[in-house]
Amino acid sequence: MAGYLVRRLLQILVTLFLFITAAFFLVQAQPGDYSSFFALNPELPPEVQAQVRANFGLDKPLWQQYLIHLRNMVTGNFGISFSHYPQSVREVILERLPRTVALFLTATVVSFYAGFFLGKLLAWRRGGVVEYAATIAGVGLFTVFTPWFGLMMIWLFGFKLDWLPLGKFLDPEVWRDAPVTANQVFAWMLITAAAWSAFLFVALLAAPRLGWRLGAWPRLAGVALTLALVAAVWNWTGAGYLALDILKHLTLPVATLTLISFAGTMLLTRNSMLETLREDYIMAARAKGLPEKVVRDRHAARNALLPVVTSLVFSLAFAVDGGVITESVFSWPGMGMTLLEAVLSEDLPLALGALSFVGVLALVAHLVADVLYVYLDPRVHYQ
Amino acid sequence: MAGGAPAPPPAELASSPDSVGVWRARLRLALLGFRQGWAIFAESRIGLVGVAIIVLFGVMAVSHPVLMATVWDPSVYDPVTGFAFDRPDHPAPPSWRHLLGTDPLGRDILSQLTFSTSSAFMLGMVAALVTVGIATLIGAVSAYFGGPVDAFFMRLADLIIILPTISLLIVLTALFGINLFQLALVLGILGGFGGTAVVIKSQALSIKVKPYIEAARLAGGGPFHIIMVHIVPNLLPLSLLYMMFTVTGAIFSEAVLSFFGILNVRMSWGIMIHTASTGGYLLAGAKYWWLVVPAGAAITLLCGSFYLVGRALDEVVNPRLRRR
Repeated sequence: MAGYLVRRLLQILVTLFLFITAAFFLVQAQPGDYSSFFALNPELPPEVQAQVRANFGLDKPLWQQYLIHLRNMVTGNFGISFSHYPQSVREVILERLPRTVALFLTATVVSFYAGFFLGKLLAWRRGGVVEYAATIAGVGLFTVFTPWFGLMMIWLFGFKLDWLPLGKFLDPEVWRDAPVTANQVFAWMLITAAAWSAFLFVALLAAPRLGWRLGAWPRLAGVALTLALVAAVWNWTGAGYLALDILKHLTLPVATLTLISFAGTMLLTRNSMLETLREDYIMAARAKGLPEKVVRDRHAARNALLPVVTSLVFSLAFAVDGGVITESVFSWPGMGMTLLEAVLSEDLPLALGALSFVGVLALVAHLVADVLYVYLDPRVHYQ
Repeated sequence: MAGGAPAPPPAELASSPDSVGVWRARLRLALLGFRQGWAIFAESRIGLVGVAIIVLFGVMAVSHPVLMATVWDPSVYDPVTGFAFDRPDHPAPPSWRHLLGTDPLGRDILSQLTFSTSSAFMLGMVAALVTVGIATLIGAVSAYFGGPVDAFFMRLADLIIILPTISLLIVLTALFGINLFQLALVLGILGGFGGTAVVIKSQALSIKVKPYIEAARLAGGGPFHIIMVHIVPNLLPLSLLYMMFTVTGAIFSEAVLSFFGILNVRMSWGIMIHTASTGGYLLAGAKYWWLVVPAGAAITLLCGSFYLVGRALDEVVNPRLRRR
């Protein structure tokens, strides 16, 4: 297991190296070089331009520039951003990466659970009107044109019903007299969310061992209780209204990304369940007289889970892409929007940095899903 | 394998007197297979819905040049340079002269919609053919040879699978300004060396161990002959299935890139939404629905229909999914 992890990690590092190389030469291959883009930019003073030239080694041959670029990547020095000057690329990315991770992580986890649950039920009730309707709706959501869907969501919830803000990260009016910065509040929100989900996870694992057999409703009530506790603590710190503002802005992008990515999981779970239900061990479980719910959840769904997780591994890049599109539509200032803005304003260092980090995000997510699979399928041996 | 040189391949098999009969039999078998496949395909209503939608879009694609040549005046109805002089206000709501209204620049929406259909089809077809061509060949070759060839192509596929494609394409299109055909080629190459190759290779592996491959090898068939004549034809049903999914992905990617306004095309569904979005007509509520809904629905429906056909084909190719 440890050996497998190390090998996988090495593979990921090699992939990362190849990706960074490809990104570098992609940006290099376009007409002109960095210097031609910033030479005419009045916001960059000459000494900064000279510094950029030295940093990127623009007066040296290409292979030396490449080596300098690799060194810069390792040391985290991505240069300055032309469009966000005087901020450096690293500052811009450090500010925006957590926002993307929050969006992507929430949407992926929620959509996976929802998709698996619904797909399971669909396969179980095969052939009804509900199944047809859900399949059509699922295919619709799976293939819907993401920007269009996002715009429709904004129009419906932001404009027509006026429940949620139209986009962006926060409402400046709320934050005018705020004693803390948005980044600090957001960092604490992330810490809270991580601690809360870790607590729930441990509680979920520990409860059956301690001999507590709770039904669905008491469990839900427990979750609601912890949630209320978290809200109370935030309210007590006085930053509750600020967190609520960010949360309001986060809701619509997360909902959109979840809706478009859960359908794929749902359709695949349905197929996988249908295949599993034909296995002999399902018939054996039924013949033993086990309750239908146990057959469905413990015997069929547990085995149908494996191909779904495999495809999750494959679809993570797709989810990262969906995040990029969603961010641009909702003006959510994360990596995706940064990337689009950077290429449109020809801010090459920022574009290269953002592209590299979107790649890193996809790679890390891939590795996590891979490791998860090892735990889920005891039949697979990893040397 | 009891020693002795392998027998030379039977020369000129195809031109022997029996070859006409052989081909007739093959044709009959193919027809029979097609008929059986169609029966299974037609059983799933989902697939038929998909085919119906594709036919509808096909009619739309054909109708544009015909209408331009007969009914529509090019100076009014041209999708890019036309201007509807008959209306004072643009964007104008649907009327008898302009069934889907006009866009903020006074161009007919229906004309834009039908004009973009054929390029969407072209893009999807080129991307799918390139993808499946590369993927089938790579899948067959790496399954047949195994070893370093296999390892190289599969690691390459792993690399491509985890790439965030849209992000890469955003950088590529914004910096180089590529057009529709080049985009189709890029998508086809990325897809062909990526996930599709892995799936097709796993199918090729199960074909490689079949007795008839062994027989062909004993009869003296070389690697090229075995791959092209015995492995690839048996991969084609699966390839066809993955063509459908590739079309969905290609049309989607094109629409996203033109929605961002970075693709070098004259008119497409994504550009129609881009025009409405940058003009600020989106949040005016349902008042300007004809600017966004037709294009968005067209992208969604065409992507969805190819996906539906793909799923129905899946039941033909993969017997485990069938209800019987």
